[in-house]
Amino acid sequence: MVLQVIFLIIAAASIALFTKNIRKIIRNINLGRDIDRSDRPLDRLITMLKVAFGQSKMGKRPIAAILHLFVYLGFVIINLEVLEIILDGLLGTHRIFAAPLGGLYNVLIASFEILAALVLLAVVVFYARRNIINLKRFKGVEMTNWPKTDANIILIVEVFLMSAFLLMNAADYKLQLAGASNYIQAGTFPISSYLLPILPDSQSALIAIERFCWWFHIIGIFAFLNYLPYSKHFHIVLAFPNTYYSNLEPKGELSNMASVSNEVKAMLDPSFVPEPVAEGTRFGAKDVSDLTWKNLMDAYTCTECGRCTSVCPANMTGKLLSPRKIMMDTRDRLVEVGNNIDKHGKDHQDGKSLLDDYISREEIWACTSCNACTDACPVNIDPLAIIVELRRFSVMEEAQAPTSLNNMFSNIENNGAPWKYSPADRANWTKM
Amino acid sequence: MEQTIKIPTMAEMAAKGESPDILFWVGCAGSFDERAQKITRDICKILNHVGMNFAILGTEESCTGDPAKRAGNEFLFQMQAMTNIQVLDGYDIKKIVTGCPHCFNTIKNEYPGLGGNYEVIHHSQLIQQLIDEGKLKAEGGESFKGKKITFHDPCYLGRANGVYEAPRKALEILDAELVEMKRCKSNGLCCGAGGAQMFKEPEKGNKDINIERIDEALALKPNIVASSCPFCMTMLSDGVKNFNQEKEVSVLDIAEITVKANGL
Repeated sequence: MVLQVIFLIIAAASIALFTKNIRKIIRNINLGRDIDRSDRPLDRLITMLKVAFGQSKMGKRPIAAILHLFVYLGFVIINLEVLEIILDGLLGTHRIFAAPLGGLYNVLIASFEILAALVLLAVVVFYARRNIINLKRFKGVEMTNWPKTDANIILIVEVFLMSAFLLMNAADYKLQLAGASNYIQAGTFPISSYLLPILPDSQSALIAIERFCWWFHIIGIFAFLNYLPYSKHFHIVLAFPNTYYSNLEPKGELSNMASVSNEVKAMLDPSFVPEPVAEGTRFGAKDVSDLTWKNLMDAYTCTECGRCTSVCPANMTGKLLSPRKIMMDTRDRLVEVGNNIDKHGKDHQDGKSLLDDYISREEIWACTSCNACTDACPVNIDPLAIIVELRRFSVMEEAQAPTSLNNMFSNIENNGAPWKYSPADRANWTKM
Repeated sequence: MEQTIKIPTMAEMAAKGESPDILFWVGCAGSFDERAQKITRDICKILNHVGMNFAILGTEESCTGDPAKRAGNEFLFQMQAMTNIQVLDGYDIKKIVTGCPHCFNTIKNEYPGLGGNYEVIHHSQLIQQLIDEGKLKAEGGESFKGKKITFHDPCYLGRANGVYEAPRKALEILDAELVEMKRCKSNGLCCGAGGAQMFKEPEKGNKDINIERIDEALALKPNIVASSCPFCMTMLSDGVKNFNQEKEVSVLDIAEITVKANGL
C-alpha cells in the first residue's frame, strides 16, 4: 500500500511538472504572429500520417531510416507495456494484463523484448555515429557542447531504460521458472532468457533485482518525460502537430504580406480604403515574436539531425549559413524570451533580438532559397520562411540590403528589370 | 541568322481585335541577357513550328518582382505584381507560358493571392505537351545519337513546383544517352543563383556553388549539360568555363536542344 502511494505521488508529480512545462511551451509558441493553418483538414491529416507516423521522408538515408524506425517503433509499441507498469504500480498488481489477454500477452511481451533489443542496437550505432565515426552531419558551428551532450544523454538514457526492462523480464522469468509466489507464469522472453545465466539463483536476490529494475525503469521514464521539454528530443511529441500544420502550398510560394498589399493598393488606387492594421507590427521579423506561431513550433520540433544543413548549397560551400542553426537559434531565443516573461513580466525588453544577437546578416544573405532544407526535413520544418522574414525586416524596416541588391531594387523600380536596361529595349531580341 | 522574327505583341493583336491562345511571358533574362535571348528566340521558333497562336507583351512586360520578393522587398514585389496583373487582366489573358522558372513560380503561385489568376506553364511543360500530342518530334535536325546528356534541375521548377519529368521528356525522345547526377530531382543541387543571389556577390565561403555543381556534372563526362532556367544557364556556363571545358561540354536549354533536333 505504501509503495502504491509512493508510486502515485511520483506519477502525479511528474505529470504535473510535464503539464506545466508544456503549457509554457504552448504559451511561447503563441507569442508568434497568427497564421491560418486550419484549412484542408483531410490533407493535413494525410500529411501527418504519411510524414510523422509513416516516417516517409526518412527513407532518403536508408541506414539512419532503419535504425530510427527501430527506436520509433520501440517508443510507440513499448508504451503499451508502460501502461501495464503504471496500472501495476497504482493497483499493486503484477502483470495485470496477463490474465485478460491470455496467449496474446505472450506475443506482446515477446515483441516488446525484440523491439527493446533492436532499440538497444540502434542506439549503440547512433552513439557510435556521433562520437566514434564522427559523421559530418553531426558537426558544425551550431553543434556546441550542449547540443552534443543533449544527444548523448538521450541515447544513454535509452540504453539504461531498455537494459532495465530486459533485466527486469529476465529476473521475472527466472522467478517464474523457480515457481516463486506472486510471479505468475506469463509472457515469453525471447531476448531476456539469454540473461538467465548471469543472474543469481537466490529468490530474494532475484526479487530485489526485478523490483529495482521495475522502479528504475518507470522512474526513468517519468524523468525522461520531464527532460523532453528541455531537449531536442521533444520532436517525439511535436512531430505530429508540426506535420499536421505543414505548409501545403508549393514550396516555391512565399506568403504575400497583407500589410504591404494595403499600402500598395492605396498607392495604385487613391480611392482604396485600407483595412486597419494592428499597431506596432513591423514588416518582417527582428525577433521571435515577429515570426508566426508555426515558425516557432518548427523551432521546438527540430531535433537537430542536420539533414537540412547537409544539403544546403551555401553551407556545403563554406558559407556561414546553416539552416539547422537558424532553427536552433530561434528556439534558444524563444526560450530566453519565455524565461524573461516568467521572471520580469510580459513587457520586459532585454535589448536583444533574434537578428544580430543570434542570427547574423551574413547568414541570411547567403541563402539561395532553393528549398533543399525544407525538402530534406523529415518533420516538415521550414527554415527558409524564417530567413525570408529576417530579410524582410532588414530591407523594409532598416533599408539594410547588400548594395548590389539595392541596385537591383532600383533597376526594377525604374526600368522594370533587375539590370540597367531601358524598358523600351525589352523586345529588341526579336530584331536580331 | 540575322533576321527579325515576327512576333505579335498583345497591343497589336488587341488593335486587330484578335486574341492569342497563349501569352509568352519572356522574362527579364530572356529579354536582355544575350545568352537567354537566344533561348527566347528558340522558344518562339518552336511555337511557330507547331503553329501556335501566341503573343508577347513586348515593352509592356515588366519584372514579375521575384528577385525583389526573395530579397525581402515585398513592397517592390507587390508594386510589380499588381501593375503586371493590371496589364494582364487588361488584355484578358487566360493562359501564360514562361521562359523562366522564376517567372513561372511567381505568376503561378504568388499572383493569385493578389488577384491575378492565370493558367501558367513553363516552356518545358509546353514542350512536353507538344511531344505528348505528337505535334513535336525530334526529326529533321541534328542527331544526338550517342551524346551524353545530363539534366540540371532548376530549383524553382523542381523542388519549388514538382516539375521534374517535363524537361526530361524533351531529352528522352532524342536517342541520346541520359545520365543523372547523384543530386538530381528533389535532391538537386542549386546552381547558386536563386534567392536573388544572381544579383549580388556570394557571401564569404570556400567555393562557389556553381563550381560545386558543375564539378558534379563534369564528373559524368557529358557532352551536354541541359537545364531550363536562364539563371542556371549563366551559372553552369560560367562553371564550365572555369574548368576550361567549354569546347567539350555545351550548356543548353531544353528549348535549344529541341530546336536543334528539329532543325528549326
